[in-house]
Amino acid sequence: MSVDVAVEAVRLLDADGVAVQDDRYPPLPLPDLVARYRAMVLGRRLDDQAGALVRQGRLAVYPSSHGQEACQVAAALALRPGDWLFPTYRDSVAVATRGVDPVEVLAWLRGDWHSCYDPVVHHVAPQATPLATQLLHAVGVAHAARLKGEDTVALALCGDGATSEGDFHEALNFAAVLRAPVVVLVQNNKYAISVPLSRQCVAPSLASKGVGYGMPGVLVDGNDVVALSAVLGRAVADAAAGGGPVLVEADTYRVHAHTNADDPSRYRSQDEVHEWEARDPISRVRTYLRAEGALDDDAERALAAEAEALAAAVRAGLAEAPAVPPDELFEHVYATPTPQLLAQRDLLRAELAAEGADR
Amino acid sequence: MKTTMAGALNAALRDEMEADPTVLVLGEDVGPLGGVFRVTDGLTARFGEDRCFDTPLAESGIMGLAIGMAMNGMRPVVEMQFDAFAYAAFEQVVSHLAKMGNRTRGRVRLPVVVRVPYGGGIGGVEHHCDSSEAYYAHTPGLTVVAPATNEDAYGLLRQAIRYPDPVVFLEPKRQYFTKEEVDVAAEVPPIGRAVVRREGTDVTLIAYGPAVQVALAAAEQGAAEGRSIGVVDLRSIVPFDDATVCAAVRATGRAVVVAEASGFASVASEVAARVTEQCFHHLAAPVRRVTGFDIPYPPPRLERHHLPSVDRVLDTVDELQWGLS
Repeated sequence: MSVDVAVEAVRLLDADGVAVQDDRYPPLPLPDLVARYRAMVLGRRLDDQAGALVRQGRLAVYPSSHGQEACQVAAALALRPGDWLFPTYRDSVAVATRGVDPVEVLAWLRGDWHSCYDPVVHHVAPQATPLATQLLHAVGVAHAARLKGEDTVALALCGDGATSEGDFHEALNFAAVLRAPVVVLVQNNKYAISVPLSRQCVAPSLASKGVGYGMPGVLVDGNDVVALSAVLGRAVADAAAGGGPVLVEADTYRVHAHTNADDPSRYRSQDEVHEWEARDPISRVRTYLRAEGALDDDAERALAAEAEALAAAVRAGLAEAPAVPPDELFEHVYATPTPQLLAQRDLLRAELAAEGADR
Repeated sequence: MKTTMAGALNAALRDEMEADPTVLVLGEDVGPLGGVFRVTDGLTARFGEDRCFDTPLAESGIMGLAIGMAMNGMRPVVEMQFDAFAYAAFEQVVSHLAKMGNRTRGRVRLPVVVRVPYGGGIGGVEHHCDSSEAYYAHTPGLTVVAPATNEDAYGLLRQAIRYPDPVVFLEPKRQYFTKEEVDVAAEVPPIGRAVVRREGTDVTLIAYGPAVQVALAAAEQGAAEGRSIGVVDLRSIVPFDDATVCAAVRATGRAVVVAEASGFASVASEVAARVTEQCFHHLAAPVRRVTGFDIPYPPPRLERHHLPSVDRVLDTVDELQWGLS
């Protein structure tokens, strides 16, 4: 990949689902695209279910990625088993697509613990809340892999707002200087809570920032899963082969509010939302796959049933909140709890025992 | 061997890198230059650029990189060039380095050592002399170690590199070039254990890092003036060794905490509070603190007024209600 100022988005499907020829990026074979369509349908169902669970009071909050499913799925499925994914709080669908049990993905929003899946087993870092901080960890994991002689790639996700953070700059610069096998996917969904992109950055594009670090920066239609899969697949392959890091900007849109606590009517118009809904990433690839004969009514019915089963499993899994033992508060702070933490644990135990005795 | 503290630290890094191929050193100027204090001297030549390397000049980046490398099986030793330069890495230290083990329920431990040359007394310009230990000690998940002798510098750094959790390793930079005898074969007490550096029956001075030498000098001078002054060296601030500290204080009934950092909301304050809570009925006088003033670190020509001195320590000892006991 070359180091150019990226201002034109790579697009392999137009908004109507018609294929666009681009010799630089051959599309994936149809069965692979069907797999991505499936993951997007399941991802949206998971996203909707999580939102419903917030409204029912079962989850404290949920940052939706509705409208960004192409990014979520293409990122997760671009990775090989040994690769690492570094997600943010908005990337639950990507984490689930990577194979983490959706109940484990969402349990932190039920308040069980800060992160509830095993990062080592899945090669998925805990979802990062402080913006852009996880990009540096991705560079570290990738650089360590390279020193060990492994071809592991770390793919890190962030949003447009995070590109203003110092850690975004430091991560890209470190990755470039170390030639670390890292792919950074910026999901430019146009808003950092309420603040529009124009208040973050006036560069020609976020992808164009790659020039400043001496790395390829590729702008992609973020609602075109065919283009995203081709670009990310190539970025991962190049990084794995020793080509160094790649910056990818996905031009997409956060259709829902930042979280359920947000009121988007204060900072954007419904007309704008409707415009982006018309560019829906799922219906676009669906149109294409049906036209290609890769998707029929039977397959769609089966997929719809699978999505409902997933939602039911998530509802069932989150319906009960298993007790979290208060002892655990002291258990993981250090590998071996300090004498002071053990004393504090005993204090809490005694309080709880006294509460129990009072009842 | 007789060596400087910088030399002792260098030997500890070399010996751990020799023993464990996952131990790496990274930071600013740690490569061919050997660090601005020469603590990493010769490591790149000996172990290669993959094992000891210069990074771009960005402390948050260095810290975040080390966290990621630790997530993938390495034991990075980070050098923060000066105490105050490490503030740029604060978010990575507090939100990630300190918390990763806890937030992942023990699944991801980060064996990272953050070496911080700290404290003043070298006539340094601003931003080069801070005592930043309170920020780290206040952060659950961090282990905070502050050696006061060259033998501890060697032994504790080796322990820190082998430690399962992140260790902030505070090096008293005014002692970097002080020579002392170091027995590299000596087993120093583990991280978390304080030691009595000098026995005394009248009063216990509690110190760590560069203040230990001040406390020992005060004890020596106090002995000439007829006072028997004991000195406890904390060695590690976290974990805190309540048992050793309180046993020493109970034996004398008087305690003075000596530390270079500003006193307000400080480690010295925590020590005074702990001693008061645990030794109250053994105390013949209030626990006192001799610390730096609550001011930004002074310019070089005024720093001697700020730093705890032997005289200030002994004046404070004199004020401990001797007539009443």
